[in-house]
Amino acid sequence: MLVDLRVNTTPGLLGRLHIDLPLLFALLLLCTVGLAVLFSATDRSADMIEKQLLRLGLAFGLMLIIAQISPEKLRQWSLPLFVIGVIMLVAVEIIGDIGKGAQRWLDLGIIRFQPSELLKLAVPMMLARFFASGTLPPSLPRVFGAIVLTAVPVLLIARQPDLGTSLLVLSAAGVTLFLAGISWKLIALFLTLIGSAMPLLWLFLHDYQRQRVLMFLDPQSDPLGSGYHIIQSQIAIGSGGVYGKGWFQGTQSHLEFLPERSTDFIFAVFGEEFGLIGIVLLLTLYLMIVLRGLYIAARSQDIYSRLLVGALTMLFFVYIFVNTGMVVGLLPVVGVPLPLISYGGTSLVTIMVGFGIMMSVHTAKKSLPI
Amino acid sequence: MMDSTFKDPRRANHSFTRRAVVAALLALSSFGVVIARLIHLQIFKREYFSTLSEDNRVKVEPLPPTRGLIYDRNGVLLADNTPSFSLVIIPGKVTDIKATIAELSQLVTISDNDRARFTRLLSQHRRFDGVPIRLDLNELECASFAVHGHLFPGVEIRAELLRHYPFREHTAHVLGYVGRINENEAKKIDKSDYAGTSHIGKTGVEKAYENLLHGEVGHQQVEVNARGRVLRTLNEKPPVSGHDLHLFLDIDLQIDTAAAMAGQRGAVVAIDPNTGGVLAMVSMPSFDPNPFVGGIGVTDYVALRDNIDRPLYNRAVRGQYPPASTIKPFIGLGGLVNKNISFTERRYCGGYYQLPGHGHKYRCWRRGGHGTLTMEGSIVESCDVYFYRLAHDMGVERLDEFLAHFGFGNKTGIDFADELGGLLPSPAWKQRVRREPWFPGETLILGIGQGAFLVTPLQLAAATAAMANHGHYLRPRMVATTRNPTTGNLEPTAINDHQIPVTNHYHWKAVIEAMAQVVEGPRGTAKRIRSPYYRIAGKTGTAQVFTIGQNERYNEAQVAERMRDHALFIAFAPVEHPQIAVAVIVENGRHGGSAAAPVARQVIDSYLLKRRSSSNETPATDEDSNGD
Repeated sequence: MLVDLRVNTTPGLLGRLHIDLPLLFALLLLCTVGLAVLFSATDRSADMIEKQLLRLGLAFGLMLIIAQISPEKLRQWSLPLFVIGVIMLVAVEIIGDIGKGAQRWLDLGIIRFQPSELLKLAVPMMLARFFASGTLPPSLPRVFGAIVLTAVPVLLIARQPDLGTSLLVLSAAGVTLFLAGISWKLIALFLTLIGSAMPLLWLFLHDYQRQRVLMFLDPQSDPLGSGYHIIQSQIAIGSGGVYGKGWFQGTQSHLEFLPERSTDFIFAVFGEEFGLIGIVLLLTLYLMIVLRGLYIAARSQDIYSRLLVGALTMLFFVYIFVNTGMVVGLLPVVGVPLPLISYGGTSLVTIMVGFGIMMSVHTAKKSLPI
Repeated sequence: MMDSTFKDPRRANHSFTRRAVVAALLALSSFGVVIARLIHLQIFKREYFSTLSEDNRVKVEPLPPTRGLIYDRNGVLLADNTPSFSLVIIPGKVTDIKATIAELSQLVTISDNDRARFTRLLSQHRRFDGVPIRLDLNELECASFAVHGHLFPGVEIRAELLRHYPFREHTAHVLGYVGRINENEAKKIDKSDYAGTSHIGKTGVEKAYENLLHGEVGHQQVEVNARGRVLRTLNEKPPVSGHDLHLFLDIDLQIDTAAAMAGQRGAVVAIDPNTGGVLAMVSMPSFDPNPFVGGIGVTDYVALRDNIDRPLYNRAVRGQYPPASTIKPFIGLGGLVNKNISFTERRYCGGYYQLPGHGHKYRCWRRGGHGTLTMEGSIVESCDVYFYRLAHDMGVERLDEFLAHFGFGNKTGIDFADELGGLLPSPAWKQRVRREPWFPGETLILGIGQGAFLVTPLQLAAATAAMANHGHYLRPRMVATTRNPTTGNLEPTAINDHQIPVTNHYHWKAVIEAMAQVVEGPRGTAKRIRSPYYRIAGKTGTAQVFTIGQNERYNEAQVAERMRDHALFIAFAPVEHPQIAVAVIVENGRHGGSAAAPVARQVIDSYLLKRRSSSNETPATDEDSNGD
């Protein structure tokens, strides 16, 4: 097995640059598709494409830089990053800017930074480090400790209020626990608890969040108001059919019936223009990236790397599932972008840093003494 | 928990791999759920969503047709369509309408009238229909809004063709006018026919010919974006303009007629006896119809409505007056036909008539009486006693039957909206309406055109034309020809006529000659209007507005102006080959001979003598007529 691993690791220049070729190739392909859809969704806006290209370039650069950092270093940084992240969340809570009607941004003078994005990485890193310091599967007190470590940032983010991000952080933590091997009984218990907490959660939701859930259940009750997004995106996708209307031929998006068509609802543009066939191909590409991530996790040697890569991979999957599920009307509207395709830079950076970590782990195996 | 067993890295590795496989399966099945949903949306409900998508994208917009134009007999344009720019607010797209109007008022003037109309219309419109806040913007205001328009989402300038009547008050009672479709009208019209059309004929020719004038609505399918902006036209069915109408009316005669009536209340109707075409139709006073097209302000409207002279009231077709002595030639003719009297038979007038066995004295207008008279004399001098007796001899049934041939008591059926039919009283009518028996005295009163007997000026003119035609009654017509805009074909309107059963030609000639003597004869009641250029046949009338008691004397000076008698006059000329028949009513004009006859003379002069610049284009009816 050890021999196999050594053979499998990428040799030569790419190995020394800590690049995983299949992953890089898949990501580049995805970004190309993303830019093509975005070009249509923005109605050939060269300006927006330029900006997105710049962001992609920066994000890819960041990914390659992160890939150079050894997993060991990452492990050491886990605690400080987590602590800094939580402090920033508290700072947002106290002095946070008002951005988009909710306190999410922290103005650091030169750049405005969204601390909750950092936590998407810092929470799985912290949990992975926490579990790696003990044995697997984790003991009950450790599981409890992990829950506390997760609850603090999740609740702080939910208070901003940013339900989407807090759910993403929560799911990243959940995946870490799952991969750490907690017993199925415990998993069943958690799911039951979450299920029974739902009505309680309803009380804590903001009006607009409740509205979204209600609209998800019955979009036709307010077709021109809150239900508009859901209805228009389903019209876009449904009218696309099997083969789609063709690139630039989507009437729902080009005639501006579809709101947020370049950001959260870009999947509807894709579905309208490329049809079921296009979507199946796109989801296959996503699935290949997820499988590659899980493969890297399974092949990595230490608990920290495994848990972290596994969690980040599944976080990437949750992004895709929540976004597509929302656009096709399976899930309520939550502000989660379609990774690497939606216009915007915030989550792009987080995701690409995650892939940087995966590459770091994958290419670092050789040097690990096992 | 068996911690120790899991400390083995290989076991841990194996356990993690298993979990990773579970995670992979979870991802796979989740995507499977998404794809299952997509299959539902994109395959099974594709048709449904495609339809919705098309509905989103494609809007059908109506293309309103251009209303047909109206010309007079010489091709003078009487009603055209002129572009007008109005500022409209689309209520569904404006959040704060009050604030928007306040801001707009700094850009263009918005009067209280404008605001009131807006509020009134707002309740009648759908949310995404424009409601006009200002009509008839001038160029400066249009330009000003064009510059600042982007500050007012949901407010736009709308260009439309509005009806315009260049002859204003001269044609108000002849053409009628159009106005915005009101709630009642909206219920009656075919919604799709009037999609995009805001106006409809309200009165007169505009109303009677609404179907032809309106035209056919067109449609265009346009692609719109989510904000309703039209991006391109997908296909188009162009509208078909309404038919143009060519009237019998002579606008110069119309203006001259109004001038002859200047300062008086009343009506004049002039008809070409050869066609039944209305040459002039004046109701005085009149009003300018143009403000009604855009939407007249409340104060302006109330001023017109409450004016004591009632300018909005079309006296020519809706005014109902006793025909008074103008009915005498018709009754005389009836007497001849029924052999109650011969034309030369003499009757004595002693100033009054008494029914056998009754004490009541039915007085002649000349208290001393006319002495012995033939029918000609009694028509020329308008003797009442002669006609009391003739009416009594004929009996009310015969009288009514004969008068009905001339169109009395019924609407003429002219192609003009809202005509009234007058009233030809009969025993049956009296029993039905008043639940009283008919008294013999009422027959006498009928004989001099008084009592319950009412006619409209139009009926009177049409009957006079029939007299001129020796009994060929032609239903009066406003429109001579309609012009199909697509084919360019001119189509004459239908002639509706009948022959009045007076077979003896001599009877017509005799009565007409008596009417000629009214003007030509030395004792004629209208001798003052005698013309050296042609002979006029006429008959004066003086209708009592107010009844004098049995032994009172009528003292004009004491009677308030509005209680004075109405002056009437009917005439046609030239006697030998009639070209124009006229009925004149001057309200409170006292005597037909002095107040109404001169008006008729001016009208006839204008029509027969004035050679107009366009006379060589005058339709054939003027030159080719044979006189019968």
